[in-house]
Amino acid sequence: MARLEDTASLAAAEADVARDAARRLDAVFQSGAGIFSILVLLLAWELFARSGKVTPFMLPAFSVVLTRIYTDAVGGDLWINLGLTIYRAMAGFVIATVGGITLGALMSRSRIARWFFDPIISVGFPMPKIAFLPIIMLWFGLYDFSKISIVVFDAIFPVVTATLAGIASVDKELIWSARNMGANGRELMWQIVLPAALPQILTGLQVALPISLIVAIVAEMAMGGYGLGGAMMTASRYANSPGVFAGIVEIAVVGYALIKAMAAVRRRLLAWHPETAEHT
Amino acid sequence: MQSVAQTAFRYLPIALMALAWELIARLNLVDTLALPPLSKVAVAWLDLMRDGELLDNGASSLYRAFAGLFLAVVAGGGLGLLMARWRLLDMFVNPLVELFYPLPKSALIPVTVLWLGFGDGSKIFLIFLGCMIPVTIGAYNGARGSDHALLWSARSMGAGPVRMMLDVVMPSALPELLNGVRTALALAFILLVSSELIVSQKGFGYLIGYLGSTGSYEGMYAVVLTVAFLGFAADRVYQLLMQWLLRWRD
Repeated sequence: MARLEDTASLAAAEADVARDAARRLDAVFQSGAGIFSILVLLLAWELFARSGKVTPFMLPAFSVVLTRIYTDAVGGDLWINLGLTIYRAMAGFVIATVGGITLGALMSRSRIARWFFDPIISVGFPMPKIAFLPIIMLWFGLYDFSKISIVVFDAIFPVVTATLAGIASVDKELIWSARNMGANGRELMWQIVLPAALPQILTGLQVALPISLIVAIVAEMAMGGYGLGGAMMTASRYANSPGVFAGIVEIAVVGYALIKAMAAVRRRLLAWHPETAEHT
Repeated sequence: MQSVAQTAFRYLPIALMALAWELIARLNLVDTLALPPLSKVAVAWLDLMRDGELLDNGASSLYRAFAGLFLAVVAGGGLGLLMARWRLLDMFVNPLVELFYPLPKSALIPVTVLWLGFGDGSKIFLIFLGCMIPVTIGAYNGARGSDHALLWSARSMGAGPVRMMLDVVMPSALPELLNGVRTALALAFILLVSSELIVSQKGFGYLIGYLGSTGSYEGMYAVVLTVAFLGFAADRVYQLLMQWLLRWRD
């Protein structure tokens, strides 16, 4: 079964970078170096923008951008855009999670399913799936359904590969002893295989979550309308650079919050796992 | 070794999907405007090749992707190696790398347009920024993992900092660095297509948008499949290159 290997190594490489970065992000913040770096960066931004070396159009001062975010927050636009983007990203992420784990589990159990989906997953994984966005727009129009569909299409691949890898690495003796004790197929899957594969599945989800957010934003940028991506494109079209930079700051904060939330979910779900004890 | 028959059997599902596509479109199960038959897409592809549109736009897309990626590998690789060897730089830059890692790089598309316009510059810059981070992390981790015994013995044999870097640190960082470049390669295609779909006057993304807006959906499908295939093929070719570069390992 050396088929998915070609892609599995890319999946593993991406998962490594993602987990490593998430772990070190924690370390950076706990040491206070992160706060310090952010402050230095923001101060440098403010001073550079005010130094007169760049026009306010090229780089508006951070304080101007903050004022703009505040105005949007008071006016209510910020919450509509934020809510819609998070809704689209999370709806796609949840569907990709359920679908991806189901497909991965099915492929690990059924030879036919594996034969059928194996080349599709391994060819599809390295493809830039965002290229299919115009086709999805052609099929489903410009509404939420399109945006969520492209998120699912993009985010499902890392979930499937992680589920497959996780299930493949489950200790055989665990499965044998569960069988011996009379577990049927369903019990085996829910009580033994999936919990044992959970660490790797969660790593796949940690890759899929940022993808969901990025794809939702790119889809909004391409299709327009409400949402953080759409708002940024509108601002860009009217050469409103504080609006564009406000979008970046908002997206950075959302991205960071989602990654932190996912790490917390991981610690919670893996409270029983030796991995969690190592960190605390 | 896999025989031809095994390979054919392995990829049979993809052939089946292609066949299903053709049949669904031919039997008018769905609107053929939304799903033109695969054979018509192939014809449209040949037409686009013949009148040079695909090659022209493809060349400018690939130039952007590889220019951005190349700059990212040079700058990111260098930065990662230096960070691993030089503590002061590490203390200062590492938190910044960590902070920029979770920022979706596609969010920078409107800013790069604001700064550099609609042409090559904004795309190359975006791809450079996006690809630099995985390369830096790969080089950093790889170099940090180099064997201390090797470093000590090289130093005791009188190697200076440059020799140490070239002969000891770089080879031991290579596997992780190359892995970082592999994620960057995939990212380069994603950022390229996203930025071209959103704003551009040339390139694959532009051609997809143009063909879509003029209603030549066969052509649009042809270009989408071409981009998707190139992304896949680039990864496979890179994988072979990686195996060849790392053939000295056991």
